[in-house]
Amino acid sequence: MATEPASRSEAINTERGDMAVPAPVLTMGGIGKQFPGVKALDGVDLRLLPGEVHALMGENGAGKSTLIKVLTGVYPADAGTIELGGAPVAFGSPLEAQQAGISTVYQEVNLCTNLSVAENIFIGREPRRFGRIDWKRMRARAKKLLSRLELSLDVSAPLSTYSLAIQQMVAIARAIDVEARVLILDEPTSSLDAGEVEQLFRVMRRLKEEGIAILFVSHFLDQIYEISDRMTILRNGTLVGEYLTRELSQVQLVAKMIGQELAALERLHGEAKVFDRPLIEARELGRTGAIEPFSMTIHEGEVVGLAGLLGSGRTEIARLLFGADHAGSGEIVVSGSVTSLRTPRAAMGHKIAFCSENRKADGLIPDLTVRENIILALQATRGWTRPVPREQQDELVGKYIKALKISPPNPEHLVRNLSGGNQQKVLLARWLILEPRLLILDEPTRGIDVGAKTEIQRLVAELSDGGMAVLFISAELEEVLRLSHKVGVLRDRRLVAELPNDDSLTTDVLMETIASGASQMNASEASNVDASGGRAS
Amino acid sequence: MTTLTLGRASIPAKYLPVLVTGCLFVAMFMVGGIRYEGFATGQIILNVFIDNAFLLVMAVGMTFVILTGGIDLSVGSVVALSTMISASLMAGPGWPPYLVVPLVLAIGSGLGLVMGYIVHAFDIQPFIVTLAGMFLARGLCYTIGTDSIPIEDPTFTAFAQTRIDLFADMWISPSVIIALVVVAVAAYVLRYTRFGRSVYATGGSEQSALLMGLPVGRTKITVYTISGFCSALGGVLLSFYMLSGYGLHAVGMELDVIAAVVIGGTLLTGGSGFLLGTVLGVLVLGLIQTIISFEGTLSSWWTKIFIGLLLFVFILLQRLFSARSRR
Amino acid sequence: MRRLLWPVVVLVLLLALNVFFTPSFFSIEVKDGHLYGSLIDILRFGAPLILVSLGMTLVIATGGIDLSVGSVVAISGALACLQISQDTSVFTAVVSALVLCVVLGAWNGFLVAAVGIQPIIATLILMVAGRGLAQLITGGQIITINSPAYKVIGGGYWLTVPFGILIVIAVLAITAFLTRRLALGMLLESVGGNAEASRLAGIRARGIVIMVYAFAALCAGVAGLMISSNVSSADGNNAGLWIELDAILAVVIGGTSLSGGRFSLSGTVLGALIIQTLTTTIYSIGVPPETTLLFKALVVTAVCLIQSPSFRAKAFGRRGRTAPPSPAPEEKVRVTA
Repeated sequence: MATEPASRSEAINTERGDMAVPAPVLTMGGIGKQFPGVKALDGVDLRLLPGEVHALMGENGAGKSTLIKVLTGVYPADAGTIELGGAPVAFGSPLEAQQAGISTVYQEVNLCTNLSVAENIFIGREPRRFGRIDWKRMRARAKKLLSRLELSLDVSAPLSTYSLAIQQMVAIARAIDVEARVLILDEPTSSLDAGEVEQLFRVMRRLKEEGIAILFVSHFLDQIYEISDRMTILRNGTLVGEYLTRELSQVQLVAKMIGQELAALERLHGEAKVFDRPLIEARELGRTGAIEPFSMTIHEGEVVGLAGLLGSGRTEIARLLFGADHAGSGEIVVSGSVTSLRTPRAAMGHKIAFCSENRKADGLIPDLTVRENIILALQATRGWTRPVPREQQDELVGKYIKALKISPPNPEHLVRNLSGGNQQKVLLARWLILEPRLLILDEPTRGIDVGAKTEIQRLVAELSDGGMAVLFISAELEEVLRLSHKVGVLRDRRLVAELPNDDSLTTDVLMETIASGASQMNASEASNVDASGGRAS
Repeated sequence: MTTLTLGRASIPAKYLPVLVTGCLFVAMFMVGGIRYEGFATGQIILNVFIDNAFLLVMAVGMTFVILTGGIDLSVGSVVALSTMISASLMAGPGWPPYLVVPLVLAIGSGLGLVMGYIVHAFDIQPFIVTLAGMFLARGLCYTIGTDSIPIEDPTFTAFAQTRIDLFADMWISPSVIIALVVVAVAAYVLRYTRFGRSVYATGGSEQSALLMGLPVGRTKITVYTISGFCSALGGVLLSFYMLSGYGLHAVGMELDVIAAVVIGGTLLTGGSGFLLGTVLGVLVLGLIQTIISFEGTLSSWWTKIFIGLLLFVFILLQRLFSARSRR
Repeated sequence: MRRLLWPVVVLVLLLALNVFFTPSFFSIEVKDGHLYGSLIDILRFGAPLILVSLGMTLVIATGGIDLSVGSVVAISGALACLQISQDTSVFTAVVSALVLCVVLGAWNGFLVAAVGIQPIIATLILMVAGRGLAQLITGGQIITINSPAYKVIGGGYWLTVPFGILIVIAVLAITAFLTRRLALGMLLESVGGNAEASRLAGIRARGIVIMVYAFAALCAGVAGLMISSNVSSADGNNAGLWIELDAILAVVIGGTSLSGGRFSLSGTVLGALIIQTLTTTIYSIGVPPETTLLFKALVVTAVCLIQSPSFRAKAFGRRGRTAPPSPAPEEKVRVTA
């Protein structure tokens, strides 16, 4: 199961086996997009056939959203061509794309919830009579359009009175009213429950029959296999290949999405350790819409890896354990006593530290210096009246700049001017000076160069040898395997397995587990939907 | 189809703030009627309209701006500038009103247009841009003159002093009719034109409005232009009322206008509110003044304190509403 | 340091302009044991604005704004003068006025941090009601007092230096100490720079924000005492009118962004001095003083435009949208076919 360059030829094989291919509605060829310092897309091809659901697959940073944005005119492409119905096109804005028949429905519903359902469908092209908006006709047309999607709503009620699922349907109704030829659904299911997903799929099938090409992005493998006919897989901004869904097994899919950069790596830990001093224990901890209740114990000196695809609930576990989100159910036991971690500060009181995945939004203060960012958490625990003495600051900061090789090694440099890897190290340093007992690292090596990556990996091993517990989250399975003593596997917002990391555990086994899941969520199990309901209370 | 009546048993939540303001107005009127002799007459309400016609027009413009989620601090100064330009042009060169008034309206709209353009094109907070506009307009007043200039144009004063008699000894001024026409036109625009709806959409979520292909930039520029126009017209109405132009007219009026709009149930964050609410908000403000003047022992500053209290209550209500709808 | 460049240049230019029109502008002399001179006047008359601006700086650093400081200025002066006119001791009068200001500021902070109302809106309430409150205290009159002890605050001298300037120096020193010597400044910048990241770093923003609004009101209260003491009277209607706008302007000119984060106390002081010097200059070069507002409008617009990234992009930036040549078509065919 080679996944690297050979994949392109695999795509070709698929092509031959699939004889009667209708002319594509949309063809993107050799798309390239460069951002400062990052090659977001490089030679990516995509074609959409009429009447098919085409899944766009890839992990974080694979380039899915960039590709969609290039297609819909949010970004201009640096290279490549886009053809719609055989004619070359280049859209300057999402509006132009929409007028040409390419409509997009995003994960976070981009509608105005203060307006009525009918208006959200028709705003900007309301039916008018003698120049004034014909509300009656608008409502009637909205009702008709929604009934095409098997929905019966009060179209004059504000959209905010309906659930997210219904809002999503309204967004789709808006999208298909403009004679869409291509409908892009960008993670439409991430906040829907099983019944709502099934309802959405019914709508998608209906649209498919009408000949609309649907580009579908989802992190839920079951959903992909249930609804999609064909898929294009991206990795690190390049094309892995195009496949027929029925010809690609879930394990193959996961392998292609994650890839295997390096061959077998030596495990960083020496001889097996015995973990008998539990540090933190989650008991049936859960949060609706984020993660199904899970139980997990992390011991002192233990590195627990979390493996799973993007959106599978990895980050959600981390946030619950740090008190960044409130748990809806279950309890947390720290050092033998039940505690509630209602705020990050409470977690910090228990010496829990959390390096978040999104360095820019949830981690660093870009306008502050390296020194200030590093001592921020320490200062927060002391309050503003007891500043960390400057000598101590300089000593701590100097120590970690040296230990983590932060460059430039200037503590007064603004963090915003540092590279991604160095920003990550600054964030790490912030938490390390607190000497935590549990360090939660969410994708600490994403988007940073190989050298920095190895350094961070080595650091994690050292810390755990020194007795610190680490919860290590990464999309790269090799990395998880290399560092962890045990691995929790997540799939579709559920902790499906907890595997000890012995010699029998390989990336293949992990992929298999991710792909199959110990307990699958089956979207069809709750198929009966109350189409008229769904009002948010 | 069976769920048509679901949740419609009571009044839709979006009308609730307007209803609260309406009830408040009625309650205040009743309290006034019980407490003071000669209060519960139709003319009292008409007087509120007569005394606050200019405020009503300004509030209409402000409603547009606030509905998009913006704010316009320049309205008071633009009113003063309008009175000043009108008075000085009629007094000095002796221009006729039918030239002066359109000129004043054009200047006000032009100021609004420029402010709207800066807000949109350079992404600067409306608060700051209109603050600069406020300084500019007030400064222009003082450069025209620092003293009050009386208006003595016969046509102008005759029109200003016209009384339009209604039934039963009640009367209104032409300003009231102008103000009500403005309200009616604005209500129609907000309800029945695409521009009006994109005002609501922009205030609801600018990002979404952009993605839905609405002309957000044009909408924002237009609302500030409308606000500028309304302020200038408010200035003309104030000149009818005062028959003078003065750089110190309408000092702090922007706060009254904003207060009226908020008390009328329009969300300061944008996207929700009705012109009817704004009318009621202005009426409530006017009635407070009337009651305080009837009370006699209560001094004028109680008006400000009451307005502040009402603002607080309504902002708190808004906060509760938005917190609940977000759940 | 680089961001203080423009304010310094503007201030120097303004001062140079003054020297050009009034050659004796820079001369400072000691008369009757008091310092006299145009520069001293700028500092003396600018003192209330500097105070209010210092408080405003911290509020803006948290990403907020305080519109109510003008009303607080009026309330503080009114309460102090009322008490003094009723023969209360100056000390009690001053302390009770300042305590009331702190309470009012904490109220603002409570609305912002605990209730979660937008700062502009939350402080608008006190801006409107506060004026009424000030007039309520003064009974709508201008309270005139004759208290030499109270007069010292705004009009007195100590060691030849006007007392107001000393107060400003003291408050500036205290603010600098709290923010730069203690850790308040860093936590403020952190909260204003990225609220969510600050929460995840364990910062409890609520208390800090309430304190900052209370501090801003305290500064405004001191400024109010200074203004009323200088004229030995309290005017609930006009004292501190529009000072909030001048203060916001001073903060912005000083290089602190209205969106919060990094702040500069020295920049704010410079900004306030620029505004005060502008007023003085307009008098001294013979432009009618009524036009001060016009100049202010120009300065606000210019400063905000220069700070606006999209303006800079449009005015100075080139928009490079040259797409590299598309890859050779043969290559593409080989890949897919």
